Amino acid sequence: MVISQQLKKAKTMSEAQIRSLEKQFDERIARDEKIEPKDWMPEKYRKTHIRQMSQHAHSEIVGMLPEGNWITRAPSLRRKVALLAKVQDEAGHGLYLYSATETLGISREEMYEQLHKGKAKYSSIFNYPTITWADMGAIGWLVDGAAIINQVPLCNTSYGPYARAMIRVCKEESFHQRQGFEIMMKLANGTPEQKEMAQDALNRWWWPSLMMLGPTDDVSVHTEQSMKWKLKRKSNDDLRQQFIDQTVPQAELIGLTIPDSDLKWNEERKSYDFGEINWDEFWQVVKGHGPCNKERMKARVGAWEEGTWVRDAAMAHAEKKQQRKNKQAV
Amino acid sequence: MSDKKNWPLWEVFVRSKNGLEHRHCGSLHAADEDMALENARDVYTRRSEGVSIWVVESKHITASNPEHNGELFEPAHDKVYRHPTFYELPDEVKHM
Repeated sequence: MVISQQLKKAKTMSEAQIRSLEKQFDERIARDEKIEPKDWMPEKYRKTHIRQMSQHAHSEIVGMLPEGNWITRAPSLRRKVALLAKVQDEAGHGLYLYSATETLGISREEMYEQLHKGKAKYSSIFNYPTITWADMGAIGWLVDGAAIINQVPLCNTSYGPYARAMIRVCKEESFHQRQGFEIMMKLANGTPEQKEMAQDALNRWWWPSLMMLGPTDDVSVHTEQSMKWKLKRKSNDDLRQQFIDQTVPQAELIGLTIPDSDLKWNEERKSYDFGEINWDEFWQVVKGHGPCNKERMKARVGAWEEGTWVRDAAMAHAEKKQQRKNKQAV
Repeated sequence: MSDKKNWPLWEVFVRSKNGLEHRHCGSLHAADEDMALENARDVYTRRSEGVSIWVVESKHITASNPEHNGELFEPAHDKVYRHPTFYELPDEVKHM
């Protein structure tokens, strides 16, 4: 309601008025003030946030699928409870983020529909298959590791509900990465076959994890505006370098080899130089031609459609209960 | 998509321990109040964040409009005499 009032008002405002409001708005953000749901905001701010936040929520929800694959086959009870808790956290993170996005005036159903119809994106990394148990290790260590690097700066983003959701997400996420690293460490120190399994998972997940941090700065379209709105605090290339510098010593520590022959320490930069990323592969997966795009969407849409009768039954039950209560009150 | 009604939105408030107030921590969808409580338990207290939960359907919350912040909150700005630091005391008075 507030939003439609705002839109109506925006239509009657002159361009000069809007420009002056936008200027005040940008100044508020520059002063590190937070923007809350009912505050005036430029339409572009609202739309960009809906896009990024819903994409983030979708990634959490679709991100449950590759790992859900291994819950029933975890090698021990300890691993199973941890994986189950991690996947449950991801559902929770998706829910925090969907609710936060709803404060911008889009409904949950609209967001689901955008995901299910392929109009909204989710992180491409989840379109790769999880073929061995070591993939659970690689995902926690690398994929969650890269996600944390992406997410920590968002705890300070300008939109209040998003920042608050991210604080909860980041607090919970650090166990995800540790449980993944522990799996990798155990395998790397195990039998030759187990070590090979860990190395194979690292080989397959390393490059997609680097791609996860987004296109290079020279082709990234959203960076400048997103920096101004604090939707982004560091560029994709900086985040990627941070991820590499932090991960390489961890791989060395457990005796695994990063699958990049060009990787080497640059003493001058105090950072690792690394090889060329295959961006064609990245864009292919983004466009829907990754190994599991269709499978993921089929699972997601299937879960939603098969759950329809449960949602309807719960609503019917709630309404009946309410009617009974009303009758007693008369 | 089903033509039945969608689950309404609820706001969730959690008391982290006795002695502290309930604080808003987010929202969720649920068919009724019992489900809202159960979902709130699963979504917002997976790591012992609470000892008590309130849920209220979002439509029952009346919120002030930030565009009216001037008339609502500015009258308090020039009433410095409501604060103890407004009053002058001799240095000899240590605790008051």
